[in-house]
Amino acid sequence: MTGSFIYTKFNYLLGWARKFSLFHYPYVTACCGMEYMSTACAHFDIDRFGAGWTRFSPRQSDLLLVVGTICQKQAPVLKTVYDQMTEPKWVIAFGACAVSGGIYDNYAVVQGVDQIIPVDVYVPGCPPRPETVLDGLLKLQEKIQKQEHDWRWKKRNS
Amino acid sequence: MEETKLLDELGKTFPDKILETSSFLGDTAVVIVWDALLDIVNFLRKKPYEFNMLLDLTCVDYQGRSPRFEMVYHVFALAARKRLRIKLAVPDDQPVVDSLTPVWKNANWLEREVYDMFGIRFEGHPDLRRLFMYDGFEGHPLRKDYPLRKRQPLIPLRK
Amino acid sequence: MPTRLQREAKPDSLLVNMGPSHPAMHGAVRIMLELEGERILNSELEVGYLHRGFEKLCENRTFFNLLIYTDRLNYVSPLINNLGYVMTVEKMLGLEVPERAQYIRVLMSELSRISDHLTCLAAMAMECGAFTVFLYKMKAREFIWDVIEATTGARMTTSYIRIGGVRADLDPDYRPAVQKAILETRKVLKDVHGLLDKNKIFLNRTREIGLMTPENALNWGWTGPALRSTGIAYDVRRAFPYLVYDRLKFDIPTGVRGDNYDRYMVRMKEMEQSLAIVEQCLERLQKSSRPIMAGGIEPADAIHAGRSQKPKEKIRLSPNLEGAEKDITKDILAADGRYVVPPKEDTYTTIEGLISHFKFFMTGQGIRPPKGEAYFSVEGGNGELGYYIVSDGSDKPYRLHLRAPCLHLLAALEELIKGRYVADVIPTFGSMNIILGELDR
Repeated sequence: MTGSFIYTKFNYLLGWARKFSLFHYPYVTACCGMEYMSTACAHFDIDRFGAGWTRFSPRQSDLLLVVGTICQKQAPVLKTVYDQMTEPKWVIAFGACAVSGGIYDNYAVVQGVDQIIPVDVYVPGCPPRPETVLDGLLKLQEKIQKQEHDWRWKKRNS
Repeated sequence: MEETKLLDELGKTFPDKILETSSFLGDTAVVIVWDALLDIVNFLRKKPYEFNMLLDLTCVDYQGRSPRFEMVYHVFALAARKRLRIKLAVPDDQPVVDSLTPVWKNANWLEREVYDMFGIRFEGHPDLRRLFMYDGFEGHPLRKDYPLRKRQPLIPLRK
Repeated sequence: MPTRLQREAKPDSLLVNMGPSHPAMHGAVRIMLELEGERILNSELEVGYLHRGFEKLCENRTFFNLLIYTDRLNYVSPLINNLGYVMTVEKMLGLEVPERAQYIRVLMSELSRISDHLTCLAAMAMECGAFTVFLYKMKAREFIWDVIEATTGARMTTSYIRIGGVRADLDPDYRPAVQKAILETRKVLKDVHGLLDKNKIFLNRTREIGLMTPENALNWGWTGPALRSTGIAYDVRRAFPYLVYDRLKFDIPTGVRGDNYDRYMVRMKEMEQSLAIVEQCLERLQKSSRPIMAGGIEPADAIHAGRSQKPKEKIRLSPNLEGAEKDITKDILAADGRYVVPPKEDTYTTIEGLISHFKFFMTGQGIRPPKGEAYFSVEGGNGELGYYIVSDGSDKPYRLHLRAPCLHLLAALEELIKGRYVADVIPTFGSMNIILGELDR
């Protein structure tokens, strides 16, 4: 079954559809939020990659953009939001503070979002330029394309 | 100079409460005894000084010195455009200071922050609890004996 | 542990959380509301979701190093925070900054202030539903950030204003870039005035909402555009003039009622005034006398030649160090070698330069202000941004405290929204321009 032609083609089609219609949830906390706003606006448009619609509800979005520093107080909130998102879901850690704690190595900051939730793409920078963010988004789109997707027919027949 | 006039007046009205006055780099500062805070503040609010705004309220931890904590207040007279720094040493045996909440409303959050970061209690504060740190955090972070990297995670971390 | 609101609330009213992950893009503030229908009976704010331990970190970093942390405080106008910190340290050191550096500092901080107000009003308008205004203002902000990037190297967190002056001179093509930014910003402001000023929907959402009387505002410790919207014309640039503001002509716009609409109008007018200041700075900044970096010997050759005697030719430094060469350093940085990094030509070729460079960066050496304390404030985007530094003579500050203007503004929110509808919270919160980096430190 896994080598079958229909399977791979359908997987490819599903990947193509999912990667070009990402609804993102910008979990904005700090300074990277300003670069997120720049990326989302007219100058460095994120909409031309299909990811333009911002859905401020975890149930309706499939990409969690963790933008900015995550503090210890904020960590349970992030986990709750991530758990509420429905499959399939991806996470981009945007900015140095989300990737690894950034320049803040102290009692109050979680050293990287991957200590709380699994991350797919890490976008470094403090704050990252919008071109870097778009590069990260393109890498995520490649990853989604190559991913093995789950769908009902596959689950029933395997 | 108007600052020295103000300091002289303060010295005359509260003869045994003013410990030290200074005017350094353009900032006037006065060190007072801890229980005279409300009296001096109410005196400063009246005419002709009219210090009507509390700019800032903070604390400094001089570890190894007794008394250890020192509260620093910055008050501001809008009409005369004068700033004054009031410092008072918190007594070591009972770190309690009069709250300025009945006088200025922003003292509410500022004092909560000082309580959160240093552990100094304020008498007369309506709702003294932590402002920045979460419930379940033990210790007061800005004290000198709290290590910088001591983390107390709220949820179990993955790796 | 039940919060104060949960303890005090009536048993049959609805408790709603405008949670820490806020779509209104202001970061992470939790507003708990006790509702009866749509009316707010009581509310409670919880902050601290972005407490990054700035003050504790600063006690472990040298004066030069902690400049990067100050950028991230009020992250929409980072150059102003840099400026506040640097001027406090210069006050403690008694350092004089050259005039060209002062004009450059004023230019940069006014551009930052414009970008701050643009972001604040863009977010506020977007939350009220005017998405077009957000896109227009972000477009104007990009032009301003292009100017800042060409000179400082970074769009946002620049660490450009250093102790003793600025890091590098302005880009050689800054004049057309700044003029384009001013032109685009003026166009956008005119469009936004046309879109929002007499717009019935915007007026209904912002007029007579979030009212604040002047006495109450002073009691709460408000400063900045929010205080000026109540009618009190207090601006740190006029009351305690610093840099070259006493030589520049600008007005202080004030409001009348202290409601959301007045806060919006005061910010729009302040942007006009900041543009006027930028134009005045452009007139007064002479062209730099810097030759184009084409000639010159390589640093390796200069070091080799410098072994026998001091090299007489110019040294061609790497492009990263452009703007900080020796012949312009005297215009932009104070001459005192104890507090300022020496120019790279000296570091590479003379022994005194090398020793100064070494002593500047060595642990335990470097900038060591004398024992004492100082408080200095600048006019930030939200009000009086003050730094209180206590130094004990070593190279790290003993205590650094920031007087955050947003804390005083946000503390009054509970009072402003009591008795109002839920929908009124959004423009009130937005018009106060709460930047959590500054509030939570």
